Amino acid sequence: MLAKHNPQLNRHGELIHLLSVEGLSRDILTHILDTATRFVSVSDRDIKKVPLLRGKTLFNLFFENSTRTRTTFEIAATRLSADVINLDIARSSASKGESLLDTIANLSAMAADLFVVRHSESGAPHLIARHVAPHVHVINAGDGRHAHPTQGLLDAYTIRHYKKNFSDLTVAIVGDVLHSRVARSDIHALTTLGCAEVRVVGPRTLVPADIAPLGVRVFHDLKQGLTDCDVVIMLRLQNERMNGALLPSTSEFFKSYGLTPERLLWAKPDAIVMHPGPINRGVEIDSAVVDGAQSVILPQVGFGIAVRMAVMGIVAGNDA
Amino acid sequence: MRILIKNGRIIDPASGWDRPGPLAIAHGCIVGRGQLPDGFEPQQVIDASGCWVIPGLVDLAARLREPGCEHQGMLASELAAAVAGGVTSLVCLPDTDPALDEPGPVEMLRFRAQNLHQARVFPLGALTRGLQGENLTDMVALHQAGCIGFSQAEHAVTNTQVLYRALQYAATFDYPVWLRAQDAFLGTGIAASGALATRLGLSGVPVAAETIALHTLFELMRLTGGAVHICRLSSAQGLQLLRQARAQGLRISCDVSINSLHLTDADIAYFDSSARLNPPLRQQRDRDALREGLADGSINALVSDHTPVDANAKALPFGQAEPGASGLELLLSLALKWGQERGLEPLQTLATVTSAPAHILSMGAPSRLAGCGRLQVNEVADVCVFDPHTSWTVQPAQLRSQGKHTPFNGYELPGRVRWTLVNGQLRFGPAHP
Repeated sequence: MLAKHNPQLNRHGELIHLLSVEGLSRDILTHILDTATRFVSVSDRDIKKVPLLRGKTLFNLFFENSTRTRTTFEIAATRLSADVINLDIARSSASKGESLLDTIANLSAMAADLFVVRHSESGAPHLIARHVAPHVHVINAGDGRHAHPTQGLLDAYTIRHYKKNFSDLTVAIVGDVLHSRVARSDIHALTTLGCAEVRVVGPRTLVPADIAPLGVRVFHDLKQGLTDCDVVIMLRLQNERMNGALLPSTSEFFKSYGLTPERLLWAKPDAIVMHPGPINRGVEIDSAVVDGAQSVILPQVGFGIAVRMAVMGIVAGNDA
Repeated sequence: MRILIKNGRIIDPASGWDRPGPLAIAHGCIVGRGQLPDGFEPQQVIDASGCWVIPGLVDLAARLREPGCEHQGMLASELAAAVAGGVTSLVCLPDTDPALDEPGPVEMLRFRAQNLHQARVFPLGALTRGLQGENLTDMVALHQAGCIGFSQAEHAVTNTQVLYRALQYAATFDYPVWLRAQDAFLGTGIAASGALATRLGLSGVPVAAETIALHTLFELMRLTGGAVHICRLSSAQGLQLLRQARAQGLRISCDVSINSLHLTDADIAYFDSSARLNPPLRQQRDRDALREGLADGSINALVSDHTPVDANAKALPFGQAEPGASGLELLLSLALKWGQERGLEPLQTLATVTSAPAHILSMGAPSRLAGCGRLQVNEVADVCVFDPHTSWTVQPAQLRSQGKHTPFNGYELPGRVRWTLVNGQLRFGPAHP
């Protein structure tokens, strides 16, 4: 019956793990974003540190490769004064046949306080959260196609930063929605925060048929999907997805769904363009858009650090 | 051994018998039903006050894990689980290691099972060598070794030519073929396609995986004329196709698992790996249709789909966890729960786990099955005595099966088995803790 309860909240409804944006209340999301606002200024100080997690040990457990996300988690933890251990899991225990839970048990024995986990299988952080000691917290840094909650939160943070209010915004998420954990976390964050309209745009092979119940409008035509949008979130087209029958080629994708300066004119004139990175110039997005005035892709990265500091600070402050 | 079961309510769906009275057993056979034969002097008396006395259950899908997967389950543990659940006859699948594709392992399996003196075991032989879907097995030899039909377990035959030939060859000897309807390519996903799979980011198995496989199968059956048993139907559309095909005269029978009868994909909740199953749990409209289909007879039998899985294989992320759940000890209770929820007579409810599956079994092995799934005088005494008024809470650690995983963990279920007799011998009871 354990798996029937929302595992990221304790009995008082407080956040003890961050596994998914789904199932979190607007209050919790707003609290995270407000906390992040306070942490943004830490990065501007001469001494970029606060002692919130002093004496705590954080393990970055990346079962799937990542540079950007792992680094921002590391920076965030360091700014909170935590000790950070980065493990190259792909080259160590997992390749020697150790099971996921054995890896976790061993690291727990080294007195870990926080695990930041990325894994190629949807639900892996849930499994870990169910098996760690009560004082240990798990933060999902991306699991399969399921969730990338800190990315969803930093996207919400970025949108709030530039647009102030969610209630009259139209946001379009464009590209490979099917395989995108970012899209799912963005959708949950934006619908929970009261976004007027969230759209997903892409070919039928890359937009799941059953996505509408998540609270989105589905478009297969980029022009219709972008019209009157305040925010355009472009998703990365993963090269490893291109070996199947999902798309004929990346150039064919760009013909219909690539974001060019001309197509960006379909959105509102003050629309912002976001991308979770890493970007593929010329595949899903034109260089001129990436480097253009409406792009907020680099500020997103900076906000990501503050949001991850906020998440770590909040979960570590709540007991199971 | 002469045994008297007294004060119980005897329910025999095969003959429509439902009335209180004694059941007399001697030398492995039933010698009196409702009344005692003259001069019957029992050596043992079972007081079945408040209990129902029914035929031992017949389960058309249970994995025993031998040979080759003994870390997941052993004949001794799984057959003990069977009799604890009132199951006295079961069909085991050929997806062992090695697969049951040669007579030797089949004979060994039957020999070992017989020596354990628990439930009767009826193996399905592999339809193709190694379940690879390429070369046919020696079906005649396997049948002589005791296989009651031929199956691919969860392995689809992707080559339609091979499937056609396999059905043709089996039809030559009128051997039943038992198949899961799942297209190999569309069936590679982890959860049923739908809003839940999309939300959890799990790759989907569309209903078309089942319906396309059924269409293919029905077309081939029209060419070959053989009998096919469809194992563990999972969708409303699949059921509709099956009804149409049967109306057109195809010789089809079909079963549904306890999991698909009671659960939906929502029971996966937060990646609960005990709900990782084959076929995947589908949506509520599918479950409702399957419940209706079992009640109106479109679906012939309810099966446990018993698949013991060891803890290591379940303590993995959902998609990597091994599919399957233990079910032998839940079959009776989940049949009763379904019957109660639909307001069915006990005769109709219990037919789905006794006479109806026994009838399907008898098509593959008429000579070996006299008396299975029914309580009739001069036939074998396979009997289950259970208390329908007592409920119990499912606690996986207390299951006798070596597999301790069930999506029904924590459910309170009706019906507790008190005694199980196989071939007139007491195999489960208060003396068998």
